[in-house]
Amino acid sequence: GTLTWRGNKYSLDNGKMLLRGCILRNTEWCFGMVIFAGLQTKLMQNCGKTKFKRTTIDKLMNTLVLWIFAFLICMGVILATGNTIWETWIGRGFEMFLPWTKFQIGTVFSGFLTFWSYIIILNTVVPISLYVSVEVLRLGHSFFINWDVKMYDCQTNTAAVARTTTLNEELGQVEFIFSDKTGTLTQNIMVFSKCSINGTIYGTCVDFSYNLLSDGAFKFYDNTLVEAVKQKDSAVQEFLRLLALCHTVMSEESEGKLVYQAQSPDEAALVTAARNFGFAFWSRTPESITVCEMGQVVTYQLLAILDFNNTRKRMSVIVRDAQGRIKLYCKGADTIIFDLLDPSSKDLMHTTSEQLNEFAGEGLRTLALAYKDLDEEYYDVWMKKFLFVSTVLENREDQLAALHEEIERGMKLLGATAIEDKLQEGVPETISKLNLADIKIWVLTGDKQETAVNIGYSCNMLRDDMTDVFVVSGHTLTELDAVMVTVWLQVLKAKERILSLSRLEIVFLDLACLCKTVICCRVTPMQKAQVVELVRKHKRAVTLAVGDGANDVSMIKTSHIGVGISGQEGMQAVLASDYSFAQFRYLQRLLLVHGRWSYFRMSNFLSYFFYKNFAFTLVHFWYGFYCGFSAQTVYDQWFITLFNIVYTSLPVLAMGLFDQDVNDQNSLRHPSLYKSGQNNLLFNKRQFFLCTVHGMTTSFLLFFIPYGAFSVMVKEDGSHSSDQQTFAVTIATSLVIVVSVQIGLSMHYWTAVNHLFVWGSLAMYFVILFAMQSDGLFGVLPNIFSFVGAARNCLSEKSVWLVILLTTAVCIVPDLFVRSIRASLFPTQTDRVHKSCKRQRPEEQNLRRACRTSSRRSAYAFSHQEGFGELITSGKNMRTSRVSSTLWTLQRGSMRYKNI
Amino acid sequence: MGKEKSKSGPLARRPDNSAFKQQRLPAWTPMLTASTVLPSFYLLALICMLLGVWLLLTVQNTQEMKVDYTEAGSCNLCFEMRKNVSNAGQKCTCMIMFSIEKAFKGDVFIYYGLRNFHQNLRRYMDSRDDGQMLGRKSNLKSPSSYCKPFDVDEKGVPIAPCGAVANSMFNDSFILTYYTINGPTVVPLLRKGLTWYTDKNVKYRNPKMDNLTLPEVFEGTTRPPYWQKPVYQLDPFDPNNNGFINDDLLVWMREAAFPNFKKLYGFLYRANKPFTKGLPAGNYSVAISYNFPVQYFKGRKEVVLTTVSWFGGQNHFLPIAYLVTSGLILLTAVVLTVVWWKFGKDGKNMAD
Repeated sequence: GTLTWRGNKYSLDNGKMLLRGCILRNTEWCFGMVIFAGLQTKLMQNCGKTKFKRTTIDKLMNTLVLWIFAFLICMGVILATGNTIWETWIGRGFEMFLPWTKFQIGTVFSGFLTFWSYIIILNTVVPISLYVSVEVLRLGHSFFINWDVKMYDCQTNTAAVARTTTLNEELGQVEFIFSDKTGTLTQNIMVFSKCSINGTIYGTCVDFSYNLLSDGAFKFYDNTLVEAVKQKDSAVQEFLRLLALCHTVMSEESEGKLVYQAQSPDEAALVTAARNFGFAFWSRTPESITVCEMGQVVTYQLLAILDFNNTRKRMSVIVRDAQGRIKLYCKGADTIIFDLLDPSSKDLMHTTSEQLNEFAGEGLRTLALAYKDLDEEYYDVWMKKFLFVSTVLENREDQLAALHEEIERGMKLLGATAIEDKLQEGVPETISKLNLADIKIWVLTGDKQETAVNIGYSCNMLRDDMTDVFVVSGHTLTELDAVMVTVWLQVLKAKERILSLSRLEIVFLDLACLCKTVICCRVTPMQKAQVVELVRKHKRAVTLAVGDGANDVSMIKTSHIGVGISGQEGMQAVLASDYSFAQFRYLQRLLLVHGRWSYFRMSNFLSYFFYKNFAFTLVHFWYGFYCGFSAQTVYDQWFITLFNIVYTSLPVLAMGLFDQDVNDQNSLRHPSLYKSGQNNLLFNKRQFFLCTVHGMTTSFLLFFIPYGAFSVMVKEDGSHSSDQQTFAVTIATSLVIVVSVQIGLSMHYWTAVNHLFVWGSLAMYFVILFAMQSDGLFGVLPNIFSFVGAARNCLSEKSVWLVILLTTAVCIVPDLFVRSIRASLFPTQTDRVHKSCKRQRPEEQNLRRACRTSSRRSAYAFSHQEGFGELITSGKNMRTSRVSSTLWTLQRGSMRYKNI
Repeated sequence: MGKEKSKSGPLARRPDNSAFKQQRLPAWTPMLTASTVLPSFYLLALICMLLGVWLLLTVQNTQEMKVDYTEAGSCNLCFEMRKNVSNAGQKCTCMIMFSIEKAFKGDVFIYYGLRNFHQNLRRYMDSRDDGQMLGRKSNLKSPSSYCKPFDVDEKGVPIAPCGAVANSMFNDSFILTYYTINGPTVVPLLRKGLTWYTDKNVKYRNPKMDNLTLPEVFEGTTRPPYWQKPVYQLDPFDPNNNGFINDDLLVWMREAAFPNFKKLYGFLYRANKPFTKGLPAGNYSVAISYNFPVQYFKGRKEVVLTTVSWFGGQNHFLPIAYLVTSGLILLTAVVLTVVWWKFGKDGKNMAD
């Protein structure tokens, strides 16, 4: 668009746009116009939609409840049909004692009424209280995450926070982790750790007290370099001078201290290094750079900045020093610089090259440094060409590039720097542990490929024993296909590859899933979300996204579980996340301990819950065949009301909250335990089917054993005891005992609370039983507490206890048998861990980072984009100019508000 | 979490390092291992076995005798007669002969048994008013609507006791005769103390007498339609066994769980010879006042004589079930032992 101001037209393009989230540097103020706001900003558009997240178990549960509902209706239909048949053949003869009411106008209609009666009676099979209990469990699990002192970071004083309480068990099923790089894997702190000057490697603690301008935070561990600096070694001095001059850093004085504003942290690291060794970059103007060299202030005339870009992979400055000599200083990727060197530095190049390999082997990011002395005349000629080309309209970029290369040819090598991109604490260990748990980790980063690969190596994601690391990059689907075809043969043996992602296609996904490690570089926040969505949609796997910045928000929101690292980059990621903590390494505890426990507990809880409800309810079904399908309940109404709420809820809750099959240390020591969650082994449709069958069998035995005994039973004093109330009390008591024993078998970890709840519930059952059937309550409401005396008379019978004992034994033994057989014939991972723990032979797992050989040339330390050079030389950002006439427009397309 | 805000300092948000919050509560962690499961299996099998054998021996010592009199012998006539509702008012008695080969030793109990009579239908079971039978005056005069259609008669007079359960009360009566060489002797039966203590004293009460006689208290109510006598004349011999606390009524009102059941009728009075040791072997007859119709629902009626043991009457189910269970547990225990023997070591190897 264009801006008309006092008759002049100004063009408005992307370069004059400030995006939301930008920070103004070295600019005190600027005029701006908001052209897109709120939801229209790039940041918000990249955020993606907020979805309602639900766990797989949740969805499964809904399906199962529907199934149960269908099952309930089936039972209703069977019993209603039974009722119609019964009324037709038998009930008719009974009319004399029990005449039909006005509602019961025919056998079919009677069946219809019976259907609804049975729906009401059998509705306890649909676990309504399940949903409430599940929420309580999740809340409890979330609190355990919040309370975990091992996920608390002392430095930042942040504890882990479960910001949602609905996703906990999903943490035990994660298959894919999508991680941001900067701030998540790395601390985003670059440290100047080594350098090679003129063939000599420097790098081990140094005392910077000789230098007043040193930065306290800087650490460098080699005195020899300091000595060299102090001895005024010319190569060393030139090396440091280059570092102090060749950059696009801005300096600022705040509170009497020198503060650098760098475009990228590695550049800041280099300039800070030079400053500490006595070559402090002081200030700059569009035409000059002031450096404090070993206490002396020297001003260089800045003639040109040949800026960095992706193809050049280097940047140069041309300066005129105080003596009038013109020099070109260049830093860049070693491969590029080596090509441009003067033949005279060939020997040095070989030495340096080897040293670079060494640095690279340590996972350091390297840069080669070179310089060139220029003739006055040569420079003038070149400068003229340069100015001419700058104004050419056609093919300007290419011509400029050729011109740059011309002047940079024939440089002399000075040395190389090695910068360490500091990883967060415990990252490689965490990653290898998660890998052992079969979790695939994808790194999605906006960084360049080289940086990304480098981090891949230092994080242990890529190792040297992975031979087929290769890069896939394509801009269209066809291109990607072509790549695919070429890689296809390698796919089988190849384990990992790096993908530079341009288009998201299923082809990509198929390929990526064959890889052990995937690193996607140069992805926008929206693309991060798309990658996650792709995996989520096509792999049906649980995904987890970790990130710390605003650019990770979309991916955090898209994935099943979003984890925010509360770091330096603000709160957006944390606010969008489901779980947040301070360090990447807590992820292993969150997944392998809390996630696994949550999943394990939830699965056991659900299995037991369905079992319990089936065992409880289906007794009515069996009784239907003996009571003319008349919808007569087996139990006392009060028992039906209280069974789920009072008699059995607390033990199962205690199990769901406190149970542990393996303690946290062993969970971490054996990451393979996590696989049962990924494969959905502990609770699935098969498991559900098994536990319903178990419940049905129990109800069958619970009904038919007392039936067998009661049909012929009389009391010790001769009075009959086969009445319905005695039967009800016997079955209810057996049921409560059986389900209590069953939960005892399901529990692996009996804390005091578990004991209290299990024994308390049993005791509570008897207390309430006697209270409900006491004389007092009967006296108040005789029609409601009509079971008066039943418990007293029934439970004082030895035969009743014999029946209860028999029922309990018969219900429990098969389950115990199956459990034992399964434990010895088909031991699960957990059983094995138990066994190995028992034998006091903890598996030693070598999680240490293997020492790498330098088979690979490291990436160079340059992660920023072009554009700053121009900015500096144009002087637009200089504070001294004071008149910031630049008009920044926010967001694209200024046309809409042209008239303002 | 709110509490944490009150703290301050560098570790302000540090969670408590307590055993509960760190999930390190001391706990008992039982494991299913051969050493715990197998002994318990064998022990359980042994217990069941012993119980089963003991119960079986006990049951062998009990005796039971069932006499189905639905249409046997002279009862055939009564059976035909009761087919017609119009004959309901007519009396009919019949007699069945039977013999006991082995004497019944100890206490002998006499039951009436009904087959195919559904006392467990929901509407039937609900058709009663416990408030009325607890002697509540208000319920006496206005029975619960659950009793419909047996709450009031055609004239609107309340029925006491109301409901289908009471109305269908079993009303046959038996006279047992023992034929000795000296001639027939009536077997003396005790017809009291047939019910639970709680039923007789808590659950069922007559309405407050207030110096009135029982018939006066029940004035304004009528008997259930199928009854021949009002509730206050159920026991002609003992005035205290009338009204809502009549033993036979109480026995009937305790509804059976299954369609085939037996209910206590009385027990042998052992004070006089020859019944001091129980029922001697020999010929017996039972004279039945045949009132209760069963042909409508294809039911059967029977008289049951039995002796009891420490765990109740003759009950073959429990000992057999215990023995079968014991056998099955033993079988599983053996299978488990074999499995552990053969695969136990493999299981250990799998851990490596």
